[in-house]
Amino acid sequence: MNFLEMLALIPLFPAAGALINGLLGRRCSRLCISTVACGAVGVSFVLSLGAFYQLLGRPEGQRLVEQELFTWISAGAGELSSGSVAQFVVQWGYQLDPLSAVMILVVTGVGFLIHIYSIGYMAHEGGYARFFTYMNLFMFSMLTLVLANNFVLMFVGWEGVGLCSYLLIGFYFERKSAADAGKKAFIVNRIGDFGFMLGMFLIFTAFGTLDYTRVFGLVETQAQAGILASGDATITAICILLFVGAMGKSAQVPLYVWLPDAMEGPTPVSALIHAATMVTAGVYMVARCSPLFVLSPDAMLLVAVVGAFTAIFAASIGLVQNDIKRVLAYSTVSQLGYMFLACGVGAFGAGVFHLMTHAFFKALLFLGAGSVIHALSGEQDMRRMGGLRTRIPVTFWTMMVGTVAIAGFPPLAGFFSKDEILWRAFSSSQGHVLLWAVGVLAAGMTSFYMFRMIFLTFMGKPRMSREVDSHVHESPAVMTVPLGLLAVGAVVSGWVGIPHLIGQYLHHLPQYFEHFLSPVLAHPAAVEGAHASESLEWGLMALSVAIALSGLWLARRFYLTHPALPEQLMSRFKHTYTTLLNKYWVDEVYDLLFVNRTKDLANRLAGFDDRVVDGAVNGSAWLTRLAASVSGFFDYWFVDLAVRRSDLIYYLSFPLRRIQTGVIQTYAALTIGGILVIVGYFILT
Amino acid sequence: MFQNHLLSIVAYTPLVGALLLLLVNREKTQVIRWFANIVAAIGFLVSIPLITGFDTEAEGLQFVERASWIPSIGVEYHFGIDGISLLLIVLTTGLGFLSVLSSWNAIQERVKEYYIFMLMLQTGMLGVFMSMDLFLFYVFWEVMLVPMYFLIGVWGGPRKLYAAIKFFLYTLLGSVLLLLGILALYFYNHEVTGVYTFSIPALLELDYPWEYQFWVFLAFFIGFAIKVPMFPFHTWLPDAHVEAPTAGSVILAGVLLKMGTYGFIRFSLPMFPDAVQDTTSLNFAYLTFGWFDQQFGLLHMMIFLSIVGIIYGALVAMMQRDAKKLVAYSSVSHLGFCMLGLFALNPNGINGSILQQINHGISTGALFLIVGIVYERRHTREISEYGGLSRVMPGYAVIFLIITMASIGLPLLNGFIGEFTILAGAFQRHWSWGAWGCAGIVLGAAYMLWLYQRMMFGPVTNPKNKDLKDLSVREYATLLPLVIMCFWIGIYPKPFFKYIEKPVEKIVQRVQPGFFDRSEALLAKLPVQEARKK
Repeated sequence: MNFLEMLALIPLFPAAGALINGLLGRRCSRLCISTVACGAVGVSFVLSLGAFYQLLGRPEGQRLVEQELFTWISAGAGELSSGSVAQFVVQWGYQLDPLSAVMILVVTGVGFLIHIYSIGYMAHEGGYARFFTYMNLFMFSMLTLVLANNFVLMFVGWEGVGLCSYLLIGFYFERKSAADAGKKAFIVNRIGDFGFMLGMFLIFTAFGTLDYTRVFGLVETQAQAGILASGDATITAICILLFVGAMGKSAQVPLYVWLPDAMEGPTPVSALIHAATMVTAGVYMVARCSPLFVLSPDAMLLVAVVGAFTAIFAASIGLVQNDIKRVLAYSTVSQLGYMFLACGVGAFGAGVFHLMTHAFFKALLFLGAGSVIHALSGEQDMRRMGGLRTRIPVTFWTMMVGTVAIAGFPPLAGFFSKDEILWRAFSSSQGHVLLWAVGVLAAGMTSFYMFRMIFLTFMGKPRMSREVDSHVHESPAVMTVPLGLLAVGAVVSGWVGIPHLIGQYLHHLPQYFEHFLSPVLAHPAAVEGAHASESLEWGLMALSVAIALSGLWLARRFYLTHPALPEQLMSRFKHTYTTLLNKYWVDEVYDLLFVNRTKDLANRLAGFDDRVVDGAVNGSAWLTRLAASVSGFFDYWFVDLAVRRSDLIYYLSFPLRRIQTGVIQTYAALTIGGILVIVGYFILT
Repeated sequence: MFQNHLLSIVAYTPLVGALLLLLVNREKTQVIRWFANIVAAIGFLVSIPLITGFDTEAEGLQFVERASWIPSIGVEYHFGIDGISLLLIVLTTGLGFLSVLSSWNAIQERVKEYYIFMLMLQTGMLGVFMSMDLFLFYVFWEVMLVPMYFLIGVWGGPRKLYAAIKFFLYTLLGSVLLLLGILALYFYNHEVTGVYTFSIPALLELDYPWEYQFWVFLAFFIGFAIKVPMFPFHTWLPDAHVEAPTAGSVILAGVLLKMGTYGFIRFSLPMFPDAVQDTTSLNFAYLTFGWFDQQFGLLHMMIFLSIVGIIYGALVAMMQRDAKKLVAYSSVSHLGFCMLGLFALNPNGINGSILQQINHGISTGALFLIVGIVYERRHTREISEYGGLSRVMPGYAVIFLIITMASIGLPLLNGFIGEFTILAGAFQRHWSWGAWGCAGIVLGAAYMLWLYQRMMFGPVTNPKNKDLKDLSVREYATLLPLVIMCFWIGIYPKPFFKYIEKPVEKIVQRVQPGFFDRSEALLAKLPVQEARKK
């Protein structure tokens, strides 16, 4: 079978699954629904594996397959900034290259496991068919996003995953907080899309096409021909606009606020959409556009700074959160920051590498958290957990693996990817020691809050109510097996990207992962700085492990050996603590500055519309009526007066009327009298 | 015979039906309902040969019918369509049928008159889109007001008289100016050619001097802008929508508003190319709106009003407590997009605008039906009266969700295609036009999602909503065709673009002579393999 020719089927199966469950799900049994949903994703996974394998089999220069199905939008000629015209045509086309191959494997692989897990997790919930319909729809959108061969089709997936995110966050729509969170996610993402759309329009006016291969081919040829110089203003604008889109979808400061609230959705959703796949779409997009980004040092710097800042900002909030899912949510925001930091310093491969490893361990952690919540009858507050280590051992051990992986201990996945990023932040020509330092500090925090979570949840004394305590149980196999598989992934997925430094002793092709991606990703000039020496690299690596260890040590001291310490610190640094606990009051500030201002403005405009715009209309109607009544008055009292006072004629005609008697003799007498008068007149004169 | 008079058949089928209805006893409401529905369905069916028989490659008008009517003043009975009118005609017949179908239970009083007016309205609107003689056009344009006036005034809500009179007078004001403009064109044509004619193709061929262009453009502008409606001429719309019966709102939003945009496309753009391209004649306004480059002309005025319509309509919509009024203001915003696309004056913008007009007819028509469905059950349109309907009306919730998403421009649904191409066109003219439009999209999501949340999410708090029935078969039948169209245009819009390609090119050619003579961007045409030098 030639899997490369069946690319279109990869997103099609989940779409079909969504359609079937959406239309018929209400009448089907739960078994049937989950079989269709998981089966569809499973088939996609197999197809992805096949396509990936066959792509690997090709020589390095030919690892690009494009498949155009039909012309989607053809809106005639468009004007370009150069003054010429180009057809505005968008194909419905898929493309498989190393980057999208990695993405579809992650999406379908992790997605499949999460679908399986959901069978167990959702078994006792209502809306079963609805849940799996949305999940399959999400898989379709996400696969379209990563497989698209042009920006507009990527945008289709981009919006599609946004829709599914909205629907799944608001899955328990009867809860106001859930409905609010869904709406917030959608609108904040729309703000990002504002940038994405403008970025696309700018790409079109600059290059006359929105196909990846054509745009990036043109960029390359023009850069070689010297038409496009590094730092070109248009390119910088494109990159910044696209990055605004990425900030929305991948929850970077200042558009990260929707992601923590997104935890209102069912936990498998948090794992799939808000940790492993959708939120990494921004990173994917930036990596995809690496040929553009490398031409714009300013945009790269922005990406790196936003990434680094988000990494430490979110990590600091994560230090004090009490809701187990919120800790993981802030952790996700922070880890996404790392990925952008990597992209910003030109290490796109490292960013995608971290994206992949993160997908495994973060999905694992979320699913583990889901298993904990499941065991505790819905409890999410870590202050009411504890001592679960022996009660739910599989969950504990797998989550432990995930925690060690994310904290950055060798030889688990997180160590390799995070270390790669930190090293590049330090050594790359676009890196800076400050960026590195921020990254290391955030790594320490990561280690601390993750172990804090583990200790609070699994160690110490049980703090839950007796009622909850009596129901604690390990999850069924349908949930624990995916946990186990993801744990394996969290261990081994880093091994495809072992740095050269270590790889040279292992007889292993070093950094196989980045080598595989390199035809797609652009490299800024001189990524490897001159000051990169081997001993320095060893030293930094040791340092980051030491930082992770100290995070572990602190967490252990705080939450196991000296449980009174956190309280003391809290009272001592009250302001800092409350600021962190309240997430720097960012939501409140946004409400005050943007949400309420917009509502005020809208209210005022509504009043303006009613009173002024419509007032003018009603006013002119009133004026017309006024004019009408004035002329009516005139008509009545002047024009009509003459008519009405026709009785005047009656009175005035009184003397004449007296003569009109009708008596012949009178008339004769008058006639004679008259004649006499006339005759007398003539005689006398 | 049928082939030669297809347009007349399509236009007068509803009228004939209305006349026949006159003969039916008013007590037999069931008969009247069945009859009107069948006539409306036939009205739609006879319009299908227009689609199948239309040649998208041909230049010029098709299905032309032409006969002398009042020879002394040069009035002709002249029907003919191009791709633009074709889409609007099919939209009219389709929505016309669905709105008649939707009235089955909603109308219980004066049933006979109601259906007669609905059918008459249909003929009036179809005539507008078919007329190729300005006199005839004007007749239909005015005739159509009468049945709409009665529909609002008789079957409307509590303030129906206010709304009906406002609607009638406001649009009549525009019509008078329109008539003045038409007469100016008529006499100018006589001055130049010595012939008295109202023929639109003939009048389109003239080059009008600047003074004519400027003043007639303004006269037409008022006439059409009221109909669209553009800010600040929009306030008749919310009142008319709120008071009109559901079917009236569907037709009002779905078709009537398009007559304004149609007027701009058919007359203003190709007849007054200098006026629509004008960037200087209103320079005195530069002081006020300084952010429009250095100059201010009629073009800037149009763009300014369009953008204000987009943003303002969206913001005002957000604050409405009445669901129908909210949808009405959303129309102001959506039509702002259509106008923005038109006055981008390039193929992308105009193509997008025409498609968006169709899209708006479909999705806003559907939204009014959706609001009408719960109104029929609860007799209130206050958003706060609802909440949690997803639980009691799941089928309704799904369709409402799809239409909401179509309305806010989610890809794979119709709204996206229109908005995206409009904004692409606007962006090509000036980046800030595109940026303002994109801002409108953000707000669009906000008010629609908020509406959806308030009506559909949350617990069912109002006991009156506890036992609401989900959609009936008839209600599904009115909504599903619209949902299918939303997906069709969203997933495969190519055939729709195909119909309007030629006429739009003609308009662009007229407005921007030499547009298509510009060199094609060579590099963009490189085949994929060459462009990628790996």
